[in-house]
Amino acid sequence: MRIDCVVNGVFRRADDVWAGESLLHVLRERLGLPGAKNACEQGECGSCTVYLDGEPVCACLVPAGQARGRDVVTVEGLGDGDELHPVQRAFVAAGAVQCGFCTPGLVVAVHDLLARTPSPADGEIREALAGNLCRCTGYEKILTAVRLAAGREHES
Amino acid sequence: MDFLQPESWAEALAVRAAYPEALPVAGGTDVMVELNFARRRPPALLDLGRVAELADWGGEDGLLRLGAGVPYRRIVTELAGRVPGLAMAARTVGSPQIRNRGTVGGNLGSASPAGDALPPLLATGALVELASVRGVRRVPVAGFCTGPKRSVLAPDELIAAVLLPAERGPEQFAKIGTRNAMVIAVCSFALALRPADRTVGTGIGSAAPTPVRAVAAEELLAAELPWASRAELPDPLVRRFGELVAAAASPIDDVRGTAAYRRHALGVLAGRAVRRAWTEHRREGGAG
Ligand SMILES: Cc1cc2nc3c(=O)[nH]c(=O)nc-3n(C[C@H](O)[C@H](O)[C@H](O)COP(=O)(O)OP(=O)(O)OC[C@H]3O[C@@H](n4cnc5c(N)ncnc54)[C@H](O)[C@@H]3O)c2cc1C
Ligand code: FES
Ligand code: FES
Repeated sequence: MRIDCVVNGVFRRADDVWAGESLLHVLRERLGLPGAKNACEQGECGSCTVYLDGEPVCACLVPAGQARGRDVVTVEGLGDGDELHPVQRAFVAAGAVQCGFCTPGLVVAVHDLLARTPSPADGEIREALAGNLCRCTGYEKILTAVRLAAGREHES
Repeated sequence: MDFLQPESWAEALAVRAAYPEALPVAGGTDVMVELNFARRRPPALLDLGRVAELADWGGEDGLLRLGAGVPYRRIVTELAGRVPGLAMAARTVGSPQIRNRGTVGGNLGSASPAGDALPPLLATGALVELASVRGVRRVPVAGFCTGPKRSVLAPDELIAAVLLPAERGPEQFAKIGTRNAMVIAVCSFALALRPADRTVGTGIGSAAPTPVRAVAAEELLAAELPWASRAELPDPLVRRFGELVAAAASPIDDVRGTAAYRRHALGVLAGRAVRRAWTEHRREGGAG
């Protein structure tokens, strides 16, 4: 089947998509957007997090056909050209990236959190990121990055 | 595999009747796991995501009608005041990403004994509305699940909505798991007090082949609670309630916990739930 949708502000088309295929597969394998990662394919790790019509979702659990005519934003769409988004800069500055596999999903989840709650308390950060697993950092540097992006760096 | 994408409820029912072997998909949080791991290869998917009628809620004849396709996130943000027990349960489902997509219709469709929406629906005596081109029927949630992953849903039917009484009292939901997010319940418990007619509802999750009520425990509370005086809860009543809730379960040993642990935990959850609900009832009456 054919999938037409808007990805990162640009009209995109994918043909010959299998009906049971996930949005994640379409983004990575058909549209050349490997930012969202494929790790668990069962909604547990959050490394495939993208915006679908403005809401963060696990792209691995979205049937591609449901994205027809919808608006998708991936981690590739957050920065401005070569300019990283402030959330991405905070991850770099805080050393919140080790292997980096979890990072794109976390960046999208943090982007959403700060858009809704510009200055989240630590409890709110933990709750918002409960669906994003990281096997490397132990999360402390990730919390530091979120505080940094939220302008709370003096507390970390 | 085909991807069927009706744009209206009437069309969805017609497609369902014509292709009963097509697998309905709402938020996809159960269905896609099965597809990704090749556990299931249905000949077609029937996407319910474009059916506006499923994504709505509103009042209807003294009932609150919650469309089967309303995601958990909206139950938490829009309905916490109207369906407090269900909203508490919705808040414990998965992660923000899962709550943005997962629906009560999908929870019923999966009919897992661990489905978190089911105990609060049981406790409030909710009805499930099932529809097909043949017509519409309403079944009590208590009669919807017939076993693990089995329900009374006919091959040509879709779940339209759940209907909850609009007149409510204090409600509670509690769930045991290894962390505060992303857990399938080891066991869970929901309680609804209805001071207006002095009745009590309960729902137990993950401790029997289907979600179950603790009927004897409900009867005990309804008869013994000091409804009128709103006096403090007698400790022996709380203890006896916990025992009857634990006795109503028929848990098994599995990777998440033993049967004995589940029974014990249910007694604890039930005691907490009734204390919290009663505190709320007393506060509303100006006492306590
Ligand atoms: C990471 C993760 C964490 C999870 N955590 C929890 C949790 O904490 N608690 C919990 O209870 N569940 C949890 N789940 C399971 C799942 O999210 C829930 O069961 C959810 O309610 C399913 O809703 P859905 O809309 O995504 O269903 P779908 O996957 O779209 O469908 C599920 C089933 O219902 C059927 N169906 C859906 N809508 C209808 C309808 N209107 N009429 C007829 N049949 C229908 C489908 O055919 C399918 O059989 C989790 C899942 C994941 C992946
Ligand atoms: S790959 Fe989607 S949640 Fe892990
Ligand atoms: S940095 Fe390796 S998984 Fe998070």
